[in-house]
Amino acid sequence: MSTTASNPKDLKKYTDPKTPAGKAADYLDQRTSIGVAVKEFARKVFPDHWSFMLGEIALFSFVVLLITGVFLALFFQPSMALVRWEGDLPQLHGQLMSAAFASTLDLSFEVRGGLLMRQIHHWSALIFMASIVVHMLRVFFTGAFRKPRELNWLVGMTLMILGLAAGFSGYSLPDDVLSGNGLRITDGVVKSIPIIGSYMSYFIFGGEFPGEHIVARLFTVHILLVPGLILALIGLHLFLMVLHKHTQYPGGGRTDKNVVGFPAFPVYVAKMGGNFFFIFGVLALMGATLSINSVWNYGPYDPSPVSAGAQPDWYMLFLEGSLRLMPGQAEIVTWGDFTLSLNVLIPAVVIPGLLFTFLLAYPFLEAKVTGDRREHHVLDRPRNVPVRTGLGVAFLTAFVILALAGSNDLIATHFHLSINAITWVFRVLLFVGPWFTFQVTKRICLGLQRKDRELVLHGHESGRIVRFASGEYVEVHTPLSDQERWLRVNYEATRPLELAPAADARGVKRKGYASEKRWHQLSRFFYEDRVEPVTPTELAAAHTTHDALAAADERGGELATASSHSADLER
Amino acid sequence: MSDSKTPSTEIGPVDGSELATTDRFADPGVPEHKPRLTDTDPKAAARSERIVTILFVLSVLGTIGSLVAYFAVRPDGTVPGVRASTLWLGVTLAISLLGIGFAAIHWAKSLMSNREYVDERHPIPSSPEVREVAVVALQQGVEDSGIARRGVLKGAMLGSLALFPLAVAVPLISSVGDDWNVSKFRHTLWRKGMRLATDPDGRPLKAADLTVGSVAHMMPDVSTEVRESGEWISEKAKAVILLVKLDPEDIRSEQRPGSSYDGIVAYSKICTHVGCPVALYDQQTHHLLCPCHQSTFDVADGAKVVFGPAKRPLPQLPISVDDEGYLIAEDDFAEPIGPSYWERLR
Ligand code: HEM
Ligand code: FES
Repeated sequence: MSTTASNPKDLKKYTDPKTPAGKAADYLDQRTSIGVAVKEFARKVFPDHWSFMLGEIALFSFVVLLITGVFLALFFQPSMALVRWEGDLPQLHGQLMSAAFASTLDLSFEVRGGLLMRQIHHWSALIFMASIVVHMLRVFFTGAFRKPRELNWLVGMTLMILGLAAGFSGYSLPDDVLSGNGLRITDGVVKSIPIIGSYMSYFIFGGEFPGEHIVARLFTVHILLVPGLILALIGLHLFLMVLHKHTQYPGGGRTDKNVVGFPAFPVYVAKMGGNFFFIFGVLALMGATLSINSVWNYGPYDPSPVSAGAQPDWYMLFLEGSLRLMPGQAEIVTWGDFTLSLNVLIPAVVIPGLLFTFLLAYPFLEAKVTGDRREHHVLDRPRNVPVRTGLGVAFLTAFVILALAGSNDLIATHFHLSINAITWVFRVLLFVGPWFTFQVTKRICLGLQRKDRELVLHGHESGRIVRFASGEYVEVHTPLSDQERWLRVNYEATRPLELAPAADARGVKRKGYASEKRWHQLSRFFYEDRVEPVTPTELAAAHTTHDALAAADERGGELATASSHSADLER
Repeated sequence: MSDSKTPSTEIGPVDGSELATTDRFADPGVPEHKPRLTDTDPKAAARSERIVTILFVLSVLGTIGSLVAYFAVRPDGTVPGVRASTLWLGVTLAISLLGIGFAAIHWAKSLMSNREYVDERHPIPSSPEVREVAVVALQQGVEDSGIARRGVLKGAMLGSLALFPLAVAVPLISSVGDDWNVSKFRHTLWRKGMRLATDPDGRPLKAADLTVGSVAHMMPDVSTEVRESGEWISEKAKAVILLVKLDPEDIRSEQRPGSSYDGIVAYSKICTHVGCPVALYDQQTHHLLCPCHQSTFDVADGAKVVFGPAKRPLPQLPISVDDEGYLIAEDDFAEPIGPSYWERLR
């Protein structure tokens, strides 16, 4: 679309503009060479798919968080100084409470639109985290984290962890009974850290829990530190996205060397602008109609009361569940009478650590066992990489089981079950569940791939039955269109790495053989079971078989069932 | 940018490695563009245009509605009042936003061209030529600074860079943890002779006021001044206890024999798991449940853990009564209350 104006006279209208818009553009360009950027980006092509909107939802709910957050910050007082609240609510009138809690009440009851902003802010936080997680799942299951995007995967992971920090620090600000108990749990977890735990607790709270500093400290974390980092990393995330150009789903004409889609201006400007208003609108509707965190029902923080059945925000549930499942016997006293609270350390530090490490390391791990150094810009269909898909589902299963365990008391009261029994079921499920879903998912993927082969080889069932001269009935299959077939054959069934012999030609043992062998085993775990895509030769053979079948049939002879059915699964 | 009809490039590994076998299907290319109704039928296009316009107008109405709601629905400081105001302001705001959102999306989907374009991708790495220039530039810079030759200078620079953060960190760390005196975890306000007061009213309690099976939430009996000071909350966080009156027959064990008074036992209310207040008491089983992670303690049996993620029993507060019959503490707790920490037993 690079239109080169051949006539110098035509170019004159650009160097000597007459219209107001042209003059403004000229003014800017003289000072910023913005023309270069417009030329580069205005018609840049982006592929389209509904799943590419997930990251956009995260981005836009973050923008809504910024807007509503600034509104809240103008009225909220991050102080734990005790004040007597003179507002109208009978149950809290005249009560002594922190300025933070009092200002949250005023924000809700005195400031016009204040409660609306609080509720939109809180719902946006929940949607923000949910969209980040679902966006990560999309990236994982389609292999969008492969080279050259591994670093952007790390940036995304960091964003998710910062999102947890943002949510947690915000949740703690109003200084109500629920948030205070959340902080107390945090204090208990921090204290369980060996050697430095007590000092870290002092570091965080400025003395003993809860002290008089924590709200002010979390406020700085919540409105400056974390949003600043998130903003910077979102910038990096999007910069890398533009640099790499977006990935695209497989299909006709889509290759690793091109990008097929619609131009940024006007299509994406309109769609993304529209999406922002749409998401803001939905969040406003949620804030208007669904009450959330009505802190006046809980009261100001006091170390004594606690309400049963209280739930943290959903993204914290897995930690809560993890803490609930761990048996207390794990707490031990080491030599020298030091206490090692493994009953807290394992569920609250080690398990999340393992989960996050798996996610951080996965792109590098997969590249290594694949022996793959190429750039990938066409996404995988999840079925075509069965072990990755299985591992993703297994991970998700563990996460969901932990989150459900975080609500085991609600499950118990709702279904009238004993909480001990439920806890034991979850303890077992945490280990068996992921293994089971991994196996099932992998089998399903291989099955779907085989079904794809069937389709390519034999076409769609048309529902039309014809009768041969011999009297036999055969259903006519219509062959796939080029596009349909291409979608099903255009993938690589990766093979496990080849392992060079332990000794070289002269019989000398090679260095590093042992580690190579371990990687080789892992590679076999990934790629041993696979279904190869149909080749043109196979398709031709299948057709001949069909013809032969028909011919044999006419002769009244017999023929073994088509061999192409059994050739697919290589072991 | 080329048109969508460009013949597709060859498929396969980007650096054309050995994997590109010949026995593969050919890429059929980008599917043909199918015009939409709005592309071919001017009437449909006009209708779409009308819908988009109406949606924008709806947004304007929403904004006007929100101003009306602002003046018409005044919150009166009650919960229903503020809910009504929130509902009206929010719904009208949502209409104002959704109008714009739907309009823009509908415009893009029905009226803007949906013809696909193909852009080329360029390999991410910079070319060998560029790399060479970059490396030479760096080498010249290093050469110019002489950092490789001037070893002492290099050491001095690294040393100063490594040390300067101390000038910020030392004052910060000295203040951020208050006095860093973590031995405060060991002590609470309780001492011999201090009365037990009900929480939150702060009234002393007579032993005779408790009947078998009843539970009371208690704290140290201190002056109102103390309770209205900023430090109180941290002291209360350690000192709160639960009183349970049992049938003396039912008490199977205590942490320190003689700590109870007439079947009344006092245990720290702070869970030994990660510190929630334990609260749910079951009269039948004498079990005390922590609502946070369901650690269950048996108050008839020295508050030992019967289930859940806590390991240690809740510390017991030894109690008796003074001459007026009010419950008093006999001592502080014998061990730190609440969650475990590294030097707890030291
Ligand atoms: C980065 C993403 C953010 C997340 C996930 C987040 C999350 C939260 C949550 C869950 C709350 C508790 C709300 C409630 O009262 O129910 C909160 C409170 C608050 N947030 Fe944010 N927030 C974010 C960004 C911001 C920003 C950028 C600001 C300000 C510039 C801000 C200012 C506040 C204030 C002042 C409060 C306390 C107000 C109150 O509780 O009434 N937040 N935040
Ligand atoms: S804090 Fe009591 S069980 Fe976790």
